[in-house]
Amino acid sequence: MNLYEEFAKLRTLDAQVQTGLLFLIMFGVLALVSAGTAIFAMREQTPTDERGLRRFTSDLRAVWAGAVVFWLAWITGAFGATFLFAVISFLALREFVTLMQTRRADHRTLLLAFFVVLPVQYVLAARQSFDLFTVFIPVYVFLAIPVLSALGGDPLRFLERNAKIQWGVMVCVFGLSHAPALLLLQFPNAHDRGPFLVFFLVIVTVVAQILEEIASRRLPRRPVARAIDRTFGLRAWLLASLGAAIVGGLLFWITPFKLPQAMVMAFIAGGAGTLGEFVMTALKRDAGVNYWGNSRAITGAVGLLDRVAPLCFAAPVFFHSVRWYFQLKT
Amino acid sequence: MTAADALGFVLAAVARLITGAQGHWKGVPPKAEQRIYFANHQSHLDWVLIWATLPSDLRQQTRPIAASDYWTTSPLKHWLTREVFRAVYVERERRDVKSDPLAPLAAALEQGDSLVLFPEGTRAAKDLPQEFKSGIFHLARRFPEVQLIPAWIDNVQRVMPKGEVVPVPVLCTVTFGAPCNLQPNETKAAFLARARDAVIALKPGGLAT
Repeated sequence: MNLYEEFAKLRTLDAQVQTGLLFLIMFGVLALVSAGTAIFAMREQTPTDERGLRRFTSDLRAVWAGAVVFWLAWITGAFGATFLFAVISFLALREFVTLMQTRRADHRTLLLAFFVVLPVQYVLAARQSFDLFTVFIPVYVFLAIPVLSALGGDPLRFLERNAKIQWGVMVCVFGLSHAPALLLLQFPNAHDRGPFLVFFLVIVTVVAQILEEIASRRLPRRPVARAIDRTFGLRAWLLASLGAAIVGGLLFWITPFKLPQAMVMAFIAGGAGTLGEFVMTALKRDAGVNYWGNSRAITGAVGLLDRVAPLCFAAPVFFHSVRWYFQLKT
Repeated sequence: MTAADALGFVLAAVARLITGAQGHWKGVPPKAEQRIYFANHQSHLDWVLIWATLPSDLRQQTRPIAASDYWTTSPLKHWLTREVFRAVYVERERRDVKSDPLAPLAAALEQGDSLVLFPEGTRAAKDLPQEFKSGIFHLARRFPEVQLIPAWIDNVQRVMPKGEVVPVPVLCTVTFGAPCNLQPNETKAAFLARARDAVIALKPGGLAT
């Protein structure tokens, strides 16, 4: 088919040109959406519309911020991107720890998580020691955390406290660190495709999240877990993942994948990302936060964690799918 | 930029990185008028947190209170409190009966500076603040034109529990309430109780600690 060939031609373009094109498309789409929102905001509105609009503009602002951060990560190269994701990890873990009530005996354990585990994990990513990178937190840190906690000498809710910290480190550090790791993944026949893979991952995850939001509003609601999220339904999830697959297909020319592979990978990443957001909703219900944005009512809910959660879930799944599929050794 | 300014800048940046230092101005806007902020006291970091929360123009005219028997003992401590924070030094022990322990505070207020007070006097281990000491009442009576702003500092005890030296990153907020000035004919006990209630009322809801 001609269209396919046209797209395939894009693949032969110089990396520099491709990058320029990608960011032009990304910022162009964002600018269009912003302009559309501004026009819509001028119309007469019902109070419900207005509330939806306020929420949408706040989400849109977050997407803009994310896009700019992402662009910065790109132009600063592998080092810059690793550092940037490490900072985001730090901020997300800070928010997570604030919401999970910890006890005084956890102090040393938390210091370990913030000031040892987090930097080491990102250094491992930057040095491309992916074997250790993969087992460092699930194996070594998993064992170190309860030991330090036990040395803290407080038996009250011991397992629960350790589980919370381990879980937070897994999501905010381990999960997110796979995004810069992708950047550094070496493919045998395609050099320096890593940055494009991160772009691919971020775009399909964001698209899946937005589609899930829209679909769950438009479709008749059949929530699967009403007590956690009144809007999350399987159909909306499936639609969002399929949408991500289509966008992934449109972007296949920037990846080392063929068209069907790109779609499958996008489906996996988008699906994992939306499920990640769903899990975070359960977590915030537990912490007593109704909407992450309500920074006034509860100390700690500043709304970063829920926005990076899809990436935290999608990145490791995507990374290991890619690595396993291409049998990459580094 | 002097060394003291530079250190102040760095300290505020570190405080933001560790705690977020979010200020919620519920009762008053952050305005450069003369004020006495009074807050609950749970940690050594309380002052740094309030200070980091304030916009930079307010920061320059807002001063903490420091006990001179502790904060002037080493050159570094003295320099830190004098040059970076422009602390007002007070004697904890009254040397002779005639001297007024509030005189340095009154002098600072007469200069037009704002102050941050922790009226409990000491750090509370409990969740709710202890009874307030009467100093704030005397200041309120002598300076009726200065706004008294209650503030609740949340979560800071989790950042650095007693006996630890390295802070853990945990988000903290400072909530500023509506002015709580002395009413005509209000007694000391009534005012102190009302001021304490005004601070407690600002505690964010939700999570039980």
